[in-house]
Amino acid sequence: MIRIANGQGFWGDWLEAPVRLVEGGPIDYLILDYLAEVTMSIVQKQKQADPNLGYARDFPPLIGRIAKRIRERNIKVLANAGGVNPIACAKEVRRLAPDLKVAVVLGDDVFDRIDDMLSRGLEMRSMDTGEALSTIRPRILSANAYIGAFPLNEALATGADIVIAGRCTDTALALAPMIHRFGWKEDDWDLLAAGTVAGHIVECGAQCTGGNCQIDWMNIPDLENIGYPIVEAEPDGTFVITKHPGTGGRIDTHVIKEQLLYELGDPKKYITPDCIADFTSIQLRDDDKNRVRVSGIRGRPRTDTLKISISYEDGYKAIGSLVYSWPQALEKARAADRIVRSRLEKLGLMFDEVYTEYLGFNACHGPAVPNVIDPTEIQLRIGVRGHDKRAVDRFTRELIPLVLSGPPTGTGFGDGRPPVREIVAYWPALVPRDEIRTRVEVVL
Amino acid sequence: MRVPLSRIAHGRSGDKGDTSNIGIIVFHDRHFPVIVREVAAERVKEHFGELVQGEVERFELPNLGALNFLLHGALGGGGTLSLRIDAQGKTLSAALLRMEIDIDDRELNL
Repeated sequence: MIRIANGQGFWGDWLEAPVRLVEGGPIDYLILDYLAEVTMSIVQKQKQADPNLGYARDFPPLIGRIAKRIRERNIKVLANAGGVNPIACAKEVRRLAPDLKVAVVLGDDVFDRIDDMLSRGLEMRSMDTGEALSTIRPRILSANAYIGAFPLNEALATGADIVIAGRCTDTALALAPMIHRFGWKEDDWDLLAAGTVAGHIVECGAQCTGGNCQIDWMNIPDLENIGYPIVEAEPDGTFVITKHPGTGGRIDTHVIKEQLLYELGDPKKYITPDCIADFTSIQLRDDDKNRVRVSGIRGRPRTDTLKISISYEDGYKAIGSLVYSWPQALEKARAADRIVRSRLEKLGLMFDEVYTEYLGFNACHGPAVPNVIDPTEIQLRIGVRGHDKRAVDRFTRELIPLVLSGPPTGTGFGDGRPPVREIVAYWPALVPRDEIRTRVEVVL
Repeated sequence: MRVPLSRIAHGRSGDKGDTSNIGIIVFHDRHFPVIVREVAAERVKEHFGELVQGEVERFELPNLGALNFLLHGALGGGGTLSLRIDAQGKTLSAALLRMEIDIDDRELNL
């Protein structure tokens, strides 16, 4: 049995979580998931500004902080912290933790190969809209293939203490140690699916240990000290989800079910670079307090394509708000919205979208909300987006004047006018698997 | 009688681009046939009205006592394009749990 703990569900997750996993009990592998769909574009911009950046900057100081303890306990770390500059990330880790061996997985970054691939007839159509990539070619900021667990396994085989990848899948981080230690093969589909499901359960950190949990949330103990998840994996593909003793939160079959359903598409076809997992085969059992046993998982052969994530510039947006109080708070907010929209129209400004929400009324649930009678206060929230930056900028000046010149009891303008933000949009596409060749490098 | 879906189920929701996924899970396995019967894809689409621009797909996971819904075009463009406060659809599972379903006493307390 090996213990694989996840200490980071996204870049920006609780900084103490990985330290507590290392300090709070036995683990063999610490995995850290830093990447969301838009993260690659952020790190790409950072690299453009400074060629030594372009990775998850929280990662090297974390390794510096836990270096002594992971060496003592022989804990290996896997993270997709490399962003678009895994080598620079590895060098910074080496600087802060010179006694650790660091390996990087390269080859996911295909930004420099886009034109070559287009010229060879790979259209890389958007999986969302079906449009051809050539329509946005000049606006592309980054392009990375999702890498599976086998390249990470290759990196573990070098004996590295720290494995850094760029855009690998979240699930691969959990699966790779199982492949490494149990010797699973590339066509062990049921086993690879089992490790993938384990990865899916823990990839969002404490979301499988009682965080963001709708069932009985008020009675989930000690969220302040919530324990992050640990997979106790067996060579036969069964595993237990648990957490360190003495930590807060809750693990039972209902909590795990919520996380299994999170960001799920067709449950029979959970596609990763490593396999296709069938979520309708998963069996859960409460093993003991805060221990859920998972078994029965079936998988099918992997597809012959890999997904690439491309980010591109797609205009500008700004979102501003004002607050109106009782009485007639909703009516006042609606009147203010009409004034803003009418003024924007008379200025002749063009937007792709103008969107209004009333927080305290229906912003979250929309038409699913029954009628609300004269609420105490309402936050008017207006957003615009478009490709004319001046129009978006002008919008940001239209809200605050209404405090003195519009409906009464308007407030909530303390932060001044809202910022204009550049939109970096996301373009998922497929390429033939053999287009992507990864390699492992030990960084000295 | 009519009760909110939250009486017999809980859930979680998230995003993939402009598609929101909502997982609905019964507290007790005996109520799985009730949500299969009551929470049809068309009813979910109707419940969300103009919030869902595209189609609603439904998948069954009897092993978990769960249904998974995909609400296409439900996040105002999704990701960084969306102007919504809930651009990732984090609250849409709770919104679906407000939906009223028909269930008789015997079924409820079986």
